Amino acid sequence: MSTTIGADEMQCKELIELVTDYLEGTIADAERERIEVHMGECEWCERYVEQTRELIGALGRLDDGAGDPEAWERALAAFRESRRS
Amino acid sequence: MSGLGIAEEEPESGPGREHREDAALVAALRAGDERAFKSLFDELDPSLRRLARNYARTDALAEEIVGETWLAVLKGLDRFEGRSSIKTWIFRILINVARTRAKREARSIPFSSALPGDAGGRGDDLGVDPDRFFSQDHAQWPGHWRLGPAPWGIPDERLLAKELRGEILDAVGGLSDSQREVLTLRDIAGWDSKDVCNALGLSEVNQRVLLHRARSKVRAAVEDKLGAVEETT
Repeated sequence: MSTTIGADEMQCKELIELVTDYLEGTIADAERERIEVHMGECEWCERYVEQTRELIGALGRLDDGAGDPEAWERALAAFRESRRS
Repeated sequence: MSGLGIAEEEPESGPGREHREDAALVAALRAGDERAFKSLFDELDPSLRRLARNYARTDALAEEIVGETWLAVLKGLDRFEGRSSIKTWIFRILINVARTRAKREARSIPFSSALPGDAGGRGDDLGVDPDRFFSQDHAQWPGHWRLGPAPWGIPDERLLAKELRGEILDAVGGLSDSQREVLTLRDIAGWDSKDVCNALGLSEVNQRVLLHRARSKVRAAVEDKLGAVEETT
């Protein structure tokens, strides 16, 4: 058994450019399988994908928290006004 | 030339639960429920602000765009038919307000104008520095990691957002305009790809290319900050 990479085996370099398609689910089944097979034996690529997922989660939490207090006062006044009419 | 695009577009294919929650929220808002309005405001205002800054040269103009958006939302509330989610509807209003304002200010804004060069296939914009991989003629590991990603050592995404907030925001700020726009809507505001394509007039493929590049750059900034690289040999 050779330790060199076969022609149809995925390279790490190739995988990282397919991460978004993979996570979006917009990739052909055969391509997805190649990625998953590769990740099964490449801890760095597996980590790369996992960290990308984490980053996406973190981006979604950046704006957690309250809105701007002054803007809220203005919006609330407008809300009350709009409901009155 | 269009006014504030309060009219909705295609029906949303999302789950029924979200639809019912939306319907309940809209009913509460129409009935003047201030707590419901406060929770909607708190949820959306930061992202609206962030998105507005993509279009406005100054914080003051961004502030006006957000304020005008909320007024347009309140004005349009009774006519909202629930064919898109209320959040998507509100962000669309913001985009239209921003476009209208930008025209009025007679200033050039970046809005999606960076395409197509920005989404082209140039090699100078790879997700990871090519030097981190073994060369194609490496005897054993062509194209594989030479310097692979190391663990970040941050237990979850909440902490990641908290501890690296500054670095992440700087990286987002350093993206091209159209990359930042797509990343803001998709990952920060949580839109799905269909809504982003509709709102920004992008093809699915262009949207994905922009998102991929944007995420790769932000990821690289995080990795850089954490020094999370390890030799694979």
